[in-house]
Amino acid sequence: MSKILIIAEHAEGSVNPCTAKCLSCAADIPDAEIHVAVFAVDGAALASEIATLALVSTVIQIDNLANANSMGAIVAPQIVAIADGYTHIFGPSTTFGKDLMPRVAALLGVNQISDVMAVLGSHSFKRPIYAGNAILTVEASADLPVVATVRTASYQEADNGGNATIEIRTVAAADIPEHTRFVELQAGASDRPDLQTAAKVISGGRALASAENFEIIFKLADAFGAGVGASRAAVDAGYVPNEMQVGQTGKIIAPDLYVAIGISGAIQHLTGIKDAGTIVAINKDAEAPIFEVADIGLVGDLFTIVPELEAAISG
Amino acid sequence: MDKILVGLKRVVDYNVRVRVRSDGSGVDTDGVKMSINPFDEIALEEALRIKERGEASEVIVVSIGTADAQQQLRTGLAMGADRAILVESDTAVDPLTGARVFRALIDRENPGLVILGKQAIDDDNNQTGQMLAALWERPQATFASKLELNGDKATVTREVDVGLEVIEIDLPAVITTDLRLNEPRYVKLPDIMKAKKKPLDLIPLGDLGVTAATPMKQVNFEPPEDRHKGIMVDDVAGLVVALKEKGLL
Repeated sequence: MSKILIIAEHAEGSVNPCTAKCLSCAADIPDAEIHVAVFAVDGAALASEIATLALVSTVIQIDNLANANSMGAIVAPQIVAIADGYTHIFGPSTTFGKDLMPRVAALLGVNQISDVMAVLGSHSFKRPIYAGNAILTVEASADLPVVATVRTASYQEADNGGNATIEIRTVAAADIPEHTRFVELQAGASDRPDLQTAAKVISGGRALASAENFEIIFKLADAFGAGVGASRAAVDAGYVPNEMQVGQTGKIIAPDLYVAIGISGAIQHLTGIKDAGTIVAINKDAEAPIFEVADIGLVGDLFTIVPELEAAISG
Repeated sequence: MDKILVGLKRVVDYNVRVRVRSDGSGVDTDGVKMSINPFDEIALEEALRIKERGEASEVIVVSIGTADAQQQLRTGLAMGADRAILVESDTAVDPLTGARVFRALIDRENPGLVILGKQAIDDDNNQTGQMLAALWERPQATFASKLELNGDKATVTREVDVGLEVIEIDLPAVITTDLRLNEPRYVKLPDIMKAKKKPLDLIPLGDLGVTAATPMKQVNFEPPEDRHKGIMVDDVAGLVVALKEKGLL
């Protein structure tokens, strides 16, 4: 029997939906008892919210002033302090989980399985490598704890309907390092749907040619009620901030609709969208690789097409 | 600060689209162009800039692997690193073993900073830097897009899912690089000549007293599922119809 610990991600008092996606991944492991740990300053409300997720038997609430900003170096030793008895420890493959989980793995003396996209058995998993150009099946040793990050785009959020026990634990202050201090978060305020969970995403690429021109992407996204993404080229050029980058080294997303505008479709970008329901490509270059994966393609000048499309939808 | 240690991994070049071998035993890398992992190149560039500002005295590039990796280390020396270390291993090492190798080198070299790429673009693991920081019991600033040193501290801007996070860490520490930390310099021909005379030490992995971790067993490699090529529409009206048919409008 497997005993799985999932590390919850949260910010500003809300549980990140990736936690419920990790739960769906863990639920694919046969005969598993699933616990979720939440590390916060005061995690009572978060723990109650997580306790309603289906399949969770216990929520472990660890409160500490040091947990105000969910930093990997701070949280990792607290996970290790409660890790005994777990066969698996899972976190999301978000920047939070990517920062944290390898540190946990090293402290436990094991390698990590990064970006689990399918569970084949309690110790057998599939994960993408080479920017998604190959899928690798790995087998972890049955004698060691499995530490893994979950590729959240591969999973749906688990349902509610659970009623888990909440267990409050404390971790000795001596175990928490003071060498890492949070200064500030510079986050662009946006009332658009979150890129990672949005059902529809409109993305722009280098062809937008300037930050000003990118406005037409935002306007189209608003007409669709969509989140906004971008290619690496558009981010590197400074048209939009880094949190909008979609791809191998940015965000991996799986919206129902993805509209790629002025994006040629480098493999590093395509790996970030391959699980999208429908991909629409708008590009003036009919030979662009994006058309190889697009469900619907339209060749033409984006500066004509985008306003026309926005008008068609809004009207 | 005295020294900065930088990791350089030899990987299949960014522009190569690898193919999975038909028997599922791996990906075909025969005759494929090999390069420094792009994130590692950014790591080296950052170390060189710190040294050029007078905030470090020596930049050491390190790789783990076969003699072939000397090629990438020589490129690193041509970019401006002072010396190179190749930890010799016949097989690729797993992330935890790699972190243990760096941990052993830290004992030998006593650096003030270790800068690594956030991930290698071959196995896409994104683990080694965090693991090294854990084993060293030091801070980690992962996915860095800006790095400022202030004496025995550093202020690092990190690219996170919601934007940019600024943290302050005590040194020594491990930094892992994101894409926008800097743009690596091009290597000039005279520098390539000069690099041939710079020291490149070979250390057999066995000489470092490192215990190898248990790697994940690589059972099978397969190509990703293809998305089917869809339809082309002629104009916006056609696009709207197609979206409506799919229930997306």
